[in-house]
Amino acid sequence: MANSGRISAKFRELRARDEAALIPYIVAGDPDLETTARLVLELEARGADLIELGVPFSDPMADGPANQRAAARGLSSGASLAAILSMVKELRARTEIPIVLFGYYNPIFHYGCERFSADAARAGVDALLVVDLPPEEAAELQKPACRNGLDFIYLLAPTTPLARAERIARSASGFLYYVSVTGVTGARAELATDLEEHVRGIKGVTELPVGVGFGISNPAQAARVAAFADAVIVGSALSLAIEANVHSPNLVETLGAMVGAMKDAMRTARRGSETSAAR
Amino acid sequence: MPSLPDSHGHFAEHGGRYVAETLMPALFELEKAYKEARRDPAFRRELENYSREYVGRPTPLHFAAHLTERLGGAKIYLKREDLCHTGAHKVNNTLGQALLAVRMGKTRITAETGAGQHGVATATMAAFFRRECEVFMGSLDVERQSLNVFRMKLLGAKVTAVDSGSRSLKDALNEALRDWIATVRDTYYLIGTAAGPHPYPMIVRDFQAVIGREARRQILKKEGRLPDMLVACVNGGSNAIGLFYPFIKDTSVKMVGVEAAGLGLNTGSHAATLNAGTVGVLHGNKTYLLQDELGQIRETHSIAAGLDYPGVGPEHAWLKDTGRATYTAVTDAEALEALKMLSETEGIIPALESSHAVAEAIKLAPTMDKDRVMIVNLSGRGDKDMQTVARAFGVTL
Repeated sequence: MANSGRISAKFRELRARDEAALIPYIVAGDPDLETTARLVLELEARGADLIELGVPFSDPMADGPANQRAAARGLSSGASLAAILSMVKELRARTEIPIVLFGYYNPIFHYGCERFSADAARAGVDALLVVDLPPEEAAELQKPACRNGLDFIYLLAPTTPLARAERIARSASGFLYYVSVTGVTGARAELATDLEEHVRGIKGVTELPVGVGFGISNPAQAARVAAFADAVIVGSALSLAIEANVHSPNLVETLGAMVGAMKDAMRTARRGSETSAAR
Repeated sequence: MPSLPDSHGHFAEHGGRYVAETLMPALFELEKAYKEARRDPAFRRELENYSREYVGRPTPLHFAAHLTERLGGAKIYLKREDLCHTGAHKVNNTLGQALLAVRMGKTRITAETGAGQHGVATATMAAFFRRECEVFMGSLDVERQSLNVFRMKLLGAKVTAVDSGSRSLKDALNEALRDWIATVRDTYYLIGTAAGPHPYPMIVRDFQAVIGREARRQILKKEGRLPDMLVACVNGGSNAIGLFYPFIKDTSVKMVGVEAAGLGLNTGSHAATLNAGTVGVLHGNKTYLLQDELGQIRETHSIAAGLDYPGVGPEHAWLKDTGRATYTAVTDAEALEALKMLSETEGIIPALESSHAVAEAIKLAPTMDKDRVMIVNLSGRGDKDMQTVARAFGVTL
């Protein structure tokens, strides 16, 4: 099956407009899959360029408390892989936004790598990012995923030496996800001081777009990162907002407004850096 | 039989390095440091010296004459790991890894713990080598094991209660890994069992293999031949792999791992991963797990807090698949009876974990001829379990 091309087309389109992508991460099924579907459409309307859907797992060892609780809510609402795929399938009648499934390996391994890759591609998923599946162990999933036209996204970390980053980039597709902090997911007051330097280093060894995530929680941080990265990923801040509004009729609208504010700040930042570069 | 793990840390299908990218470079660094240390005669000398002078090795191989007589079958020998400093085999591993941490210049040592035995053994070595120490422990276990929490604190460790998930050992492991992701540059994560991402299962096995090497030498001296059977309890499986490993190539030696059947294998309340689990990926390795039909990890039960983990070391998974070792399971009730019988016959109160191995020996010995020889790994002493045991027997202390 051919790659849907939604991800590369989206980055081409953004590059032409000189914009960085905003990628919200929400846990599928938090608080329920029906809300997740509404959130995807609302976030797209408010400026999200791609969507990362978290697949809930009982033992999310790279996640901080906010996303751990989001995963627990997703699990208790019954967001199994099969249920998530059928939600994506229904969404595909209404949106072409690129969708990345972000999760841990065990539920996928249990589903079966071959069957999962085929089902995910058929449902309209564009890419997989499996947190605990480094390239050394990835072959049994990456081969069927690629055969079915799914992009395979890898994490790079501040601890990843550049030579290793280059090797990882060669086996990745779609984009690369740079983890901005040496730590688990979760909102941080400050961004790492050497973030830009790291991202520029990685961009020097790959043609793939480089997104930055883990710890970005507000418009100011998103704007700063958008000035040098190809994509900004925001997760825990949204999980916390879902938690705070879980019984509110304005949940979807509230998340939409947060994403809208981030995208606005990112656009302004790019225009700002362009003007200063022109000067 | 091939030498395993292979260069990627695989035991055939099992093992490997299933971790977030942040930790991959640290695992490579650890593997390199360990391989250098293993080749370094000075490191080996230091390890042997502390094992002798501080831990109290070699531990005796005790012929349990009264138990043997009572059961009327195979001769039963007990490998007395309960006599190690801190009261269990755990210290073999924490000593070796703490020496490695010192060699690598790491200033802080962390660990996960369930019952608290590994936490105490880690805090002990951190105190001895003057390292900062933090132990992660499920908040449920913190409540259940207040004595060990106090011991760790007395040894200068910080004990952090983990409130997520099932609030027990697997969640403590998640939290220790999360901490390591954030502190990987100056922290040595000292895992407590022969599981986790490569190279940990290999490192822990190698440091615990002193049990089997000694037992092999001792039984050859006492009996003039190899044993017919080895018996050890298995959860993560570090004491069992420590006993088994030096005998793997001796195909005449049967190896029996004993899992916790809890309230019974058909109840769902057990921790018998190899008997009732399926293959999956958790905490950095592929191995058998107790999980539901969607690949979510299940909660476990055993009266022995140290057998209460839903996974098992990858080398045991491989030994099961190849048939080189067999894995049985005994219930809480059988373990309690075994604890009582060993106490009465030999004057040795075993830990509840080790009581599972004793219970299996009690079942098997009578079915074997009197000239047969069995070694049971008595991995720890029972003092820590007296509250639990008293409660189970309906006694108020």
